[in-house]
Amino acid sequence: MTGVSGKVGLVFVSHSAKIAEGLVELAAQMAAGTALAAAGGTDDGGVGTSFDRVAAAIAAVDSGVGVVVLCDLGSAILTAETAKDFLDDAVRERVVIVDAPLVEGAVAAAVEAEGGGDMAAVVSAARSAIGAFATEDKTSLDGGAAGPPEGYSRSVTIVNRDGLHARPAAEFVKLANTLDAPVTVNGKDARSLLGIMSMGLVKGSTVELVTPSVDGQPAVDSLAELIESGFGES
Amino acid sequence: MTLNTDWAVRWIKGSAAVVSEHRVELITLDREIGDGDHGENLDRGFSAVLPKLDDLPTDASPGDALKLVATTLISTVGGAAGPLYGTAYLKAAGAVAGQAELDGAALVAMLTAARDGIVLRGKAEAGDKTMVDAWTPAVDAAAKGLAAGLDEAAILDAAASAAEAGARATEPLVARKGRASYLGERAIGHRDPGAQSSALLLRVAADAAAGA
Repeated sequence: MTGVSGKVGLVFVSHSAKIAEGLVELAAQMAAGTALAAAGGTDDGGVGTSFDRVAAAIAAVDSGVGVVVLCDLGSAILTAETAKDFLDDAVRERVVIVDAPLVEGAVAAAVEAEGGGDMAAVVSAARSAIGAFATEDKTSLDGGAAGPPEGYSRSVTIVNRDGLHARPAAEFVKLANTLDAPVTVNGKDARSLLGIMSMGLVKGSTVELVTPSVDGQPAVDSLAELIESGFGES
Repeated sequence: MTLNTDWAVRWIKGSAAVVSEHRVELITLDREIGDGDHGENLDRGFSAVLPKLDDLPTDASPGDALKLVATTLISTVGGAAGPLYGTAYLKAAGAVAGQAELDGAALVAMLTAARDGIVLRGKAEAGDKTMVDAWTPAVDAAAKGLAAGLDEAAILDAAASAAEAGARATEPLVARKGRASYLGERAIGHRDPGAQSSALLLRVAADAAAGA
């Protein structure tokens, strides 16, 4: 076994070696303790996908818990599926290929894997990238204007310099994942990294944290305090 | 006559030659509606198969030869054609595994398995402007030929002719799979390069049987 023990590993398959390597670099910022492997380009360094590179990348990140493979255009998926078919039965069962936007899906999956999420959670995080940005306008217009009367809500202003960009958003989502109560941020699920990032919340924005039941008050408060803390940024 | 390993090797060598000969034509077709690498990728793949044929054991079956093509194409082609053709040859090899000589029924089973492999991998249907548009008519013609009592060479000839007609028939289609699907109606008037290469490969299979 290779990879990081107990954690789901990730493979990024792209026609371009640079894209795949860049994704590893980007995702590692938020998932430094997760096994990430690039499988980009052909064996001779050209544009395309390589069966051998995909197979090697899967082997390199497989700790036995599972491997999630994200792909770019068409033949990347075909190559990944073919590589999967050639694996031993036991290994094949723990490899899932996710057809989702590559960059957004990779980041969301990496954050989930880093937090110790199991296969289902990492796959779900990667899939959350599908359409995560499609409802952006609608949400910013009417998202979370008023909480349900029987629940609990709290308005908070973003204070850190760069707003809820990737690292703070990841920190926020990690905390939300540890809380029992469901919380929305301007109408978006607080556990959805891409949902949070897609709102483009900058310094000075006000967000409405809402939970449907008063039992969720501690959850809303701890998330509000994290935002007010500025995530350790100036 | 039945089809033996000599036939399979002639087919493979002939495929390498015909892909090399039609390299520019396939690149041009693919450049018009895809990413322009189909001819080059297939040429690289089949060129890589040739030296490996020498390592085939003397008692190798036709299926063994086809499996060698499958694994080599999957590893070396680099574009969508690698997994697609690789899976086709792999399924074809599986359908005739262990048979030293292929009769008409085995031949039809082999062609059917190849087509099903392409469909499984690419999830394309007839009319999507893909390889399937050459393979499905070829399989249908082969099955009809078998039922009509044709010999193996004649079955392959019928399959190749149907594949050629199928490839030509992709010209007026809008692509629904692959890179060409991004082009919408601009793909109309261009022949699908995968259907064209499929027709070429099946014609070589027929020629290899006729020359036996």
